[in-house]
This record gives sequence, structure tokens and C-alpha cells, in this order.
Amino acid sequence: MLASFSSANAASAPVMRFSAEQCCLSIAQFHLAYAGKAALRDLTLDIPRHRVTAFIGPSGCGKSTLLRAINRLHDLNESVTHSGHIQLEGQDIHDATMNVTELRQRVGMVFQTPNPFPMSIYENVAFGLRLQQRLPKRKRDDIIEWALTSAALWDEVKDRLHRSAWQLSGGQQQRLVIARTLAIQPDVLLLDEPASALDPISTLKIEELIRNLKSQLTLVLVTHNMQQAARVSDYTAFLQHGELVEYGPTDQVFTNPRLQRTENYITGRTT
Amino acid sequence: MRRLTPRLYNALHSGLWPWLCAACVALSLLMLTALLTLLITRGLGHFWPATLEEVTLVSGDVVIGQPVREAPLPNADSLERLYFTGNRDITGANWRWVAIEDIRHQTVPNDLIRLERSPWGDFLGRLTAVESEGQRLTGQEAWAFVNNTLAKPASQRPAGQLLLTTADGQTLYQSLDSVTHFQTPNAMSWGQKVVTWGQRIWQFLSEGPRAANTGGGVWPAIFGTVLMVILMSVIVTPFGVLAAIYLNEIAHQNRLTHLVRIGVRNLAGVPSIVYGVFGLGVFVYGIGGSIDSWFFSDELPSPTFGTGGLLWASLTLALLTLPVVIVATEEGLARIPDTQREGAVALGATRLETLTRVVLPMATPAILTGMILAVARAAGEVAPLMLVGVAKLAPQMPVDGEFPYLHLERKFMHLGYHLFDTAFHGEDVQAAIPLVFAIALLLVLIVLALNLTAIFLRHYLRRQRGNEC
Repeated sequence: MLASFSSANAASAPVMRFSAEQCCLSIAQFHLAYAGKAALRDLTLDIPRHRVTAFIGPSGCGKSTLLRAINRLHDLNESVTHSGHIQLEGQDIHDATMNVTELRQRVGMVFQTPNPFPMSIYENVAFGLRLQQRLPKRKRDDIIEWALTSAALWDEVKDRLHRSAWQLSGGQQQRLVIARTLAIQPDVLLLDEPASALDPISTLKIEELIRNLKSQLTLVLVTHNMQQAARVSDYTAFLQHGELVEYGPTDQVFTNPRLQRTENYITGRTT
Repeated sequence: MRRLTPRLYNALHSGLWPWLCAACVALSLLMLTALLTLLITRGLGHFWPATLEEVTLVSGDVVIGQPVREAPLPNADSLERLYFTGNRDITGANWRWVAIEDIRHQTVPNDLIRLERSPWGDFLGRLTAVESEGQRLTGQEAWAFVNNTLAKPASQRPAGQLLLTTADGQTLYQSLDSVTHFQTPNAMSWGQKVVTWGQRIWQFLSEGPRAANTGGGVWPAIFGTVLMVILMSVIVTPFGVLAAIYLNEIAHQNRLTHLVRIGVRNLAGVPSIVYGVFGLGVFVYGIGGSIDSWFFSDELPSPTFGTGGLLWASLTLALLTLPVVIVATEEGLARIPDTQREGAVALGATRLETLTRVVLPMATPAILTGMILAVARAAGEVAPLMLVGVAKLAPQMPVDGEFPYLHLERKFMHLGYHLFDTAFHGEDVQAAIPLVFAIALLLVLIVLALNLTAIFLRHYLRRQRGNEC
């Protein structure tokens, strides 16, 4: 991947730019505040298509806030104000012409705790499809099988599709939630600490899934687990106090960080 | 504060306190059991074919009656016994106190009969003969005829009359169609008594009241109670649920919503008679009066909707139970984790889709809990109903074969009010006591049945969803 580093403004965080055809999400001078209290400050970064980008940083640094902003989940909260731009494939997501429902169908989101709906496994995956359009049952079944297969869950649940989703284990539930999101064929998948509530084996399955999915879509991962970020991501952004500190290829950020702050965080030293 | 003595302190902290808690539970259970036992024994005992005694007194009088209870005589060591003697048309009273000292001897003859008649209530005495279609039957033939004929409903019986003899030898002619029940309790086997007992309970449940609510059954009151509660639920549930949705899902959580919430919770504590007054003023006179002047002006001055009726009673009780439904639903909505809502929104669901497809299905058990509480409260409420439409004796049922089948403007009977009326407005207080227990038991059972229905429904919904919480 061709990435050019511009160090025109040496005082601020280094900006890694991708060309228009490589860039999926482009965030520019983005500010966000909860009830006047700034949570994200002047964020600018590009997220490349069909790659896994990880956001790391201490608790409260704004990485989840940024992830939710990409899905416009902050719309639900009136006390949130923002400025700046987030572009999805060149289109501003806050633009008046952008339909928020359509945006959320293009940008799927998986949360920290598995949140399957209180319905059958089948209905969970069909939920997003049913919101979009009426499909013939045959076609819907095909999409559901494909989504569950993509989420590496099909073999485990194919015999009990009509049982309650709440009977699945935590790891299965999280993969079901991923399948539910994949079913509506999003361009981007946002994962907010998807494995933090799971046991190590389930975590490995989720990580493997993330690596496999990048051929289909762009993934953005928020994680507290450094090893996880190192294992699955192609690019890593380090955030602190609502600001982007360092952003670059994962290998470089983990082995040879440009800034002392980044190194301290990654190696677990308190600054 | 004075410190506890070390012994008491140690006793409390070393394991006495769980026992204290358990004792409170035990006491509650005991009181509940006592209540139910009292209602069941006194209420159901009323229908048991009780043994009839024939008592000859020192004075030479003969009394036939069912012993009810004994009480000490004033200013004496001995007891007196209360007999239910029936025959109010002849002696002027259904009851007679007999001092135990005055009894020369008492027997339990097999040929004593007990008739329930309409009018005049019970007859206790002997059967002498039957006159029917010009024939006069006596002895075994008379008994055979009576057993045969009185088993049929009154309309299918031949014309005729019974010749009856009272305890003191008076003769009474009783037409066959005025007899509603006939039994010879002393001659019955235990099995026959059980069957008769069941039949009389069924009569009580399925027939209308007689003799100014002191006899007969309570079917119109059961029907009125259940219908009113169902109508109330149909009105209150959508209202309460929508209000709770607004408060919890739509409104900004600020000082005003907080105030509204406190207000709603406090409304639940307003005395029910206040709602009755409100219902009378607003629904009956205000809205009902207007409806009458717009649509039923031909029939004025006799009111159609401008008087108490089923609709106004249901509305008043719906208002009364609205806070219960709102509070329960709101608590249910608040328990649903926000991640569920976000999950739906993140899939592109609109607010309405999130509400109807994810939030409301999850809140259904809570909504049903609210309904259970509302039904339990409404079914037992009497005071407001007295103002807005319950009747001592409703001439017509609120549902019948006449268009539009459900008559919302009609007055109706209600078990709670029926109980009150039987207990305090009857002429014969002694006769009312067992009926009061029977009606009270029935009221408890109806509330229980309505609640169980809702509980099973809730359980079913939960299981269907595999929700084990």
C-alpha cells in the first residue's frame, strides 16, 4: 500500500494520507463534545479500504466516541455537538443528502457486549434485511446462510436456527451479531472492543474472523488489547485525550513508534 | 441511642435475624391461610346439605330447623342455639333462638324436607301429598313424583301443587313451578350430599339473584365484574403503554419529566372514591350529558349515557389503574439495556422500528405485570363504581342478543357491590352472612383467575423468547 507521510505540520500528529481510491473513510478536523465538554479534538485521519485499522488508547481517550461518530450513533444524544467532516467514499456523512438509515446500513457496528435481539437466531440475522426490502424467502435464506458462514457460525447453529439467540454462548452471540451486520452487506464494519467480554478461545475466533473479513470490507477496530491490535490490524492509530497522537502501519507503530508517548503506552509505562 | 445489651447484640448477630425475617414471612402466610380458610369453610359450607333437626320444647312447641350456632344466654350459665327454620311466609321469620334448657328431646327424622322457593325463600317441614292434574298422590307415590318432577326446570313441570306440613302442623300449598330446589338432607348418603352440594354451588354461580339479593345466584355480578375488568384493561393498556413510552423513550430526561413521573406515582395513591367523584362529574354528567343532548335528545329527560353505566365505570377504573400500568411499563423499558436499542439503530432501524421490533417485545412481560396489578386493583374496587354505574339489581345484562350486543350505557352488577349490598341492605342479616363469605371467596377466586391468566401469558412469552431472567 502506498502511503505518503506529510510532515508539513511537525507540531501536530503526523498525517498519513491515502489516495482517493484507497481511502474508504476520511476524517478531517473533527471535533466532538458532550454537553460542551470536548471529547475529540481536531482529528484528521484516513482509513484505508479493505484493511483493518485499530484504534488504541487509554480509557476515555475518545476511540469509542470516534467509532460511534462514524455510524452517527451520537444522533441519539442531543447533548453531543460536533464540527469538521467525516467522509465515507467521498461523501460527507453529516451532509443533508445523506440518509442516516442508509449510512448505518453501509456502516455496520458491533458492540462491546454481545447484543443479540430476543428472537431466534434466524430472525436476528434477518432483522436488518427485513428493514430494507421484502425478499423472497429463498433469497433471504441464502443471505442468512452466507452471513452466518462468513461469521464462522453456520456449522454451529445450522440445526437450531429457530431457537432463541440468547441460548448461545457469549462468543457465539458476538459472531451472531457480526453475521447480523454482514447480512445487510455493509462497506465498513466498526468493532467496539468486540472480544473484551469473551474468553480466549472465542477471542481467537473473532480475531480470525476479522482477518478473513477484510477481503470483503473495511474494518475499524477499537481495542484495549495491544496484542490483539498487533495481531489483526494493518494500521494502528493511537489516541490520547481526544487527540490523534500517532497513526501508521501497525508494524511500525508497535516496533518503532515515532513518539515517546506512544511507546510508553504500548509498553505499559505510565507517562 | 441506647446500645443493645451485649447478650441481645450477640443473639441478633449470631443468627437470630434470619429467624426474625422468617417469622415475619410465616406470620403473613398464617394470616393469608386464615383468611382463605375462613372464606372457604364459611362460603362453601353454606351450600352443603346440612342435617335438619326436629326439636320438641318443654312448652310443647315443635321446631324443625338447621342448627347454625350456639351462644351463651345473657345472665345465665346455659347456652341457646340458633336454628334456621325457614317458612318466613308462615312464621314471619327465618330464624329461631332456642334455649338448650328448653329442649325436651331432639331427633333427626329422615322425612324432613327442605325446599327453596321463589318467592319466600326456604321451606322446612314435611311432604304430605302432591296434587297434580286432578290426581292426589300420597306416600311413596308422592315422593316418586316429586323426585321426578322437580328435577326438571320449572317451565317443563306439570301444573300442580305440593301439600306441605310445617313443624307445628300447619298445612301449606306450594305450586310446583315456584320450587327452585328440593332436598331431603337427612335421608341423603354422603355421596348424594356431595352431588347436591356441587349442584347448589353451580346454581349459585349460574343463576340470577332472588329475593332482593338475599338468595339465588350471582351470575350477573360475575359477568359484570369480568366484563368491566376486561373493558378496563382494553382501555388502560394502550394508554398506559404509550404514556410510558413517551416518558421513557421520547421525552428529554429533565426536571419536567421527573416531576411528571413523581406525579404519576402519586396518582396511584389517590383514594379510589376521588376517582369515582371525578368519573361522575366528568364522564357521567359532562361527557355523558353531552352525548345525550347530541345523539339521544329524543329520549331526554331520561338519560342514556348521562347516567352511570358500564362504559363510564370502565373508564373511571382505567383512570384509576393508569398509574400502575405506566409505572410498571416504564420500569420494564428502563431495564432494557441501551445496547439493544443501539444494536437495532446501528442496523439502520428507525426509532419507530427499534421501538416496535426490539423494545416493545422485550417490555411485554413488564407490560403484562402492569396489567396484572391493574386487574387486581380494578376487580376489587367498589367505592368509585357506586358513583359511576354499578347497580344493586341490573334489569338487563350488558351483553345480550339485541343489537349492538354490547350495551355500554347499561348499568351492571358487580361482585364487590353485591357483597356490600347483601351484607348491609338485606332484610335478613343472618341469611346474608354465609352468602357474604361465598361472594367474598368468589371475588378472590376471580381476581386470582384473571391474574393467573396474565401470569401464564407472561410466562409463555418469556419462554418463547428463551429469556431466563
